[in-house]
Amino acid sequence: MTQTTAGRPINEPGQRKQRAQISARTLRTDRWWLAPAITFAALASFLVYGFWAIFDTSYFVEPYIAPFSSPCLTTACPEGARFLGLAPIGDWFALPPGFLILGLPAGFRLTCYYYRKGYYRAFWLSPPACSVAEPHKKYTGETRLPLILQNIHRYFFYGAILIALVLTWDAVLALRDENGSWGHVGLGTIILWVNVVLIWSYTLSCHSCRHITAGRLNHFSKHPVRYKMWTFVSKLNRRHMLLAWLSMYSVMIADLYVRLVAKGIVNFPFA
Amino acid sequence: MGYKAKFRVWRGEGGEGKLEDFVVEVNEGEVVLDVIHRLQATQAPDLAVRWNCKAGKCGSCSMEINGKPRLGCMTRMSTFEENDTITVTPMRTFPVIKDLVTDVSFNYQKAREIPSFTPPQDVKPGEYRMQQIDVERSQEFRKCIECFMCNNVCHVIRDHEENKQAFAGPRFLMRIAELDMHPYDVADRKNEAQEEHGLGYCNITKCCTEVCPEHIKITDNALIPMKERVVDRKYDPLVWLGNKIFKRSGSSPAKSG
Amino acid sequence: MDIERHEYDVVVIGAGGAGLRAAIEARQQGKRTAIVCKSLFGKAHTVMAEGGAAAAMGNVNPADNWMVHFRDTMRGGKFLNNWRMAELHAKEAADRVWELEAWGALFDRTKDGKISQRNFGGHEYPRLAHVGDRTGLELIRTLQQRVVALQQEDQELHGDAEAYIKVFAECTITRLLKQGPEPEAPISGAFGYWRETGRLVCFDAPAVVLATGGIGKSYTVTSNSWEYTGDGHALALLAGAKLINMEFIQFHPTGMVWPPSVRGILVTESVRGDRGVLRNSEGKRFMFDYIPEVFKDKYATSEEEADRWYDDQAGNRRPPELLPRDEVARAINSEVKAGRGSPHGGVFLSVVGRLSPAEIVRRLPSMHHQFKELADVDITKEAMEVGPTCHYIMGGVEVDADTGASSVPGLFAAGEVSGGMHGSNRLGGNSLSDLLVFGRRAGAGAAAYLDGLAARPVISAETLQDAEQEAVAPLSRAGGENPYEVHHELQRTMNELVGIIRKAEEMREALEAVGKLKERAAGTGAPGGRIYNPGWHLALDLRNMLLVSECVARAALLREESRGGHTRDDYPAMSAEWRRKLLRCALTPGGEVAIEEAVQPSMRDDLIALFDRAELSKYVTADELADYDALVKES
Repeated sequence: MTQTTAGRPINEPGQRKQRAQISARTLRTDRWWLAPAITFAALASFLVYGFWAIFDTSYFVEPYIAPFSSPCLTTACPEGARFLGLAPIGDWFALPPGFLILGLPAGFRLTCYYYRKGYYRAFWLSPPACSVAEPHKKYTGETRLPLILQNIHRYFFYGAILIALVLTWDAVLALRDENGSWGHVGLGTIILWVNVVLIWSYTLSCHSCRHITAGRLNHFSKHPVRYKMWTFVSKLNRRHMLLAWLSMYSVMIADLYVRLVAKGIVNFPFA
Repeated sequence: MGYKAKFRVWRGEGGEGKLEDFVVEVNEGEVVLDVIHRLQATQAPDLAVRWNCKAGKCGSCSMEINGKPRLGCMTRMSTFEENDTITVTPMRTFPVIKDLVTDVSFNYQKAREIPSFTPPQDVKPGEYRMQQIDVERSQEFRKCIECFMCNNVCHVIRDHEENKQAFAGPRFLMRIAELDMHPYDVADRKNEAQEEHGLGYCNITKCCTEVCPEHIKITDNALIPMKERVVDRKYDPLVWLGNKIFKRSGSSPAKSG
Repeated sequence: MDIERHEYDVVVIGAGGAGLRAAIEARQQGKRTAIVCKSLFGKAHTVMAEGGAAAAMGNVNPADNWMVHFRDTMRGGKFLNNWRMAELHAKEAADRVWELEAWGALFDRTKDGKISQRNFGGHEYPRLAHVGDRTGLELIRTLQQRVVALQQEDQELHGDAEAYIKVFAECTITRLLKQGPEPEAPISGAFGYWRETGRLVCFDAPAVVLATGGIGKSYTVTSNSWEYTGDGHALALLAGAKLINMEFIQFHPTGMVWPPSVRGILVTESVRGDRGVLRNSEGKRFMFDYIPEVFKDKYATSEEEADRWYDDQAGNRRPPELLPRDEVARAINSEVKAGRGSPHGGVFLSVVGRLSPAEIVRRLPSMHHQFKELADVDITKEAMEVGPTCHYIMGGVEVDADTGASSVPGLFAAGEVSGGMHGSNRLGGNSLSDLLVFGRRAGAGAAAYLDGLAARPVISAETLQDAEQEAVAPLSRAGGENPYEVHHELQRTMNELVGIIRKAEEMREALEAVGKLKERAAGTGAPGGRIYNPGWHLALDLRNMLLVSECVARAALLREESRGGHTRDDYPAMSAEWRRKLLRCALTPGGEVAIEEAVQPSMRDDLIALFDRAELSKYVTADELADYDALVKES
């Protein structure tokens, strides 16, 4: 039997193409604004602290160095604070040493898939919460500059690994007392170690890391070792948000603690 | 056991309409869809609502309950206080046909724009060999019941009608990820995901994941991994260089392995 | 009023597994195909199927083959099956499953990378290809995506994605159109309305494939969705086709019994396949008391043996929880009646302590989800309360096994709406494979019919007018009876009087009630407009439900034996004489349901030879057994 002509339908159903006219921005009855408000406050407090800390010069006291200023790479750094005793940058760099290296962890967190969610919601209100209308007329997401740069997250991840290594070294050095003998464990040592564990957990739970280990493969079964790594990272990744917050606060607390010791405000024996 | 609940239901046709108040009986163990059905049977026989299985498996009864995208059949009345007023409205992102029924043809159109599963030519039915660990990722995405609540809640199109052209929505970006991770799919989907289906519009604010009734981790397991795969292709000079130097086999380097 | 008109080669009514597979086949054979379905595309009841698709691929146990599958199917159907259908099904199911894989389906895997297969009630070997417990969803999505793939192909070739296959979603067919009024007049089209707009629509097509599923919505407690109003059964009857086996309705043994709003929703049999056990309120694993004589040698008699079976199937007999569904349903029914039921009138089904919580979630994800979300029960910690629920009708349109053709030229049927394949009781897992095997065959049958057709039958103006009047009638009776009440009344009637256990006087009572409801249904009205008006839709569906209910009740009253999905309190035994009889429903010119007895054709020699004498002797008459003996002697 031959084909017959269909004849386009005279009239498709659902002709009136209009959304339900509901003027309310949202009909949510719960406290949807709470989460973005908390995120806003928490991120803002971190920024304020970071701004202060970077200009604060009391970042070193034997055997601790404040994480925000480590690694210390200029000759302006006190002898013991210099990373591996070196000062590769020399003396031309006049700004506080933190400026040299903070770009890496800051960039890592700025382009982090979790923080992006956090600040897009809390700062840019895009959207403030699910099914709450955003205030912007136009939206292009991460399709053009500058937000398209979010795609370089994985390079910051590599950088963050370096920083995590440095902080680990700092924590190792914190096992010495102020005279350089090993075996010291002060409150500062513990704080630095907790921080370093959290920093590592956060760094390794990164989505880019998950992709690099094996996420990019289509045949896990042919790469058992990488699959194992992926499985481990995936487990951490499920807690990426939690780790992001914990490590942010741990680094802030560790930094503040070292500065307090350096300033002599904290000077009890087990500091 | 039973009590009278206050309901506000959006009623209207083709966009025009308003919230109408009802007082309706509720019994123990019921869900919102039961109450809507009771409204139909007793007070408003022409109240339109789409539903099928009533067990959270078909994804038909998507609606917004107190402003949140929910399946009517999976929203237990016991999650509300007896004196709450429960507001039920149609999905906001799609044109409304009548009452709670929306025209979801946007989704079917997008589905048709995603190139289908493309197996290699030389594998015959019955010859497929895949390991469980290799299919699990895509299997998670195939749990999708197509309730379209992720597309409904996504602000990219919910708040910006004009983006509908360029953006396939979480449901279909996830479909691309599903196919891209399929051990036997040979099509290259990375450029398309970014250029034609609008993956870049996603700002990973995760509302799709929040509303998913199947609890699929859409953002973490589909959209972000897909974004990373796109980075491999489009934004990562190292990978590009590596591919140049080591000449990976096949036309689809990121598919290797 | 103007009616939207479309012209197609094949119109497939229903977009579940059978409908989509039929449409895909018709399109692949070059026919212009319309898929018309009441719901959105991809929402059909097939998504509810959990366990899997039975196909003798032998991936888990290489001893499996089509002959074993055939035997299991016949045994499950108590030898009332259309044996040719059972044969085709057993032979072709594997190919149909493999084909799905080539279309993108991702089944669970065995260690060597093949499709994994699970145990299920009534199947001798692990046979069900599955994806966790959401196999139906995988199947429908794969077929849906296959349709889309074909549309993309057409887009490329013809510049129009819908040139050869188009889905008419949320569109209800109310009448089949024919060239003339007589039963043997050929099909010329189908008539219906768009649910969204209320606009009437007429399809001009020489071949119609019915794939509308079942009739569960005539019952109160059912696992079926609202769509299961017996549309295809009724459309076929009205078009002059015959229905067979309508008395056989499967009550799935394990439906949820709590909370009331989800009463009837299914708890998959795979729970029992995965070590789940049934206990009564006394904590007793009661299924051991209900192993019927015909199954005695195949099922374990002690808990120890039953529990060993899960790990060593060769050396042990199966746990009685895995008896065919009708047996388990009746057992639960008896326990509840004896006062040993659970608080909400079911029994306890539990996997607690038999699998680790993580394993439960992995193997039964959607059950875990369903109980958590719908009943607030964590099945890793608590037992489920379950009881029988109306699940599946074995009866349906009498069709030719090879082509799915009914007695009306141009009318085909596949899937649940067709009858014969499952005999008096369907095995779990045989439904999904049935959809695929016979969906494809019906699509091919329709294509072949078209190829042999000299001219397209025309739609007579008269039938079109009748159909139109009938469709809009409830809208003009705005003050008429509430269709929801008539529906509830019918559900109660069928549930209580033609339910799982049946008695002659109750069924007579039911028939009387159905007769009265028919009159009331004729007076139902639907206030409101045409746009998405569910009251109107229900008023129209009532005709179908009432017709089908009448068939069920009449056939059930006539069949004076108990077999599979038909249990008579007054005739508790299975009768070899009745095995040779089919009850065939037709509509008289006056619109009454009439039933005639037909002879069940004898099995082909090579097929009957697959059974051993001892087993056959439980089912067949002395004459048939003598024939068997003669056959065996010859060979």
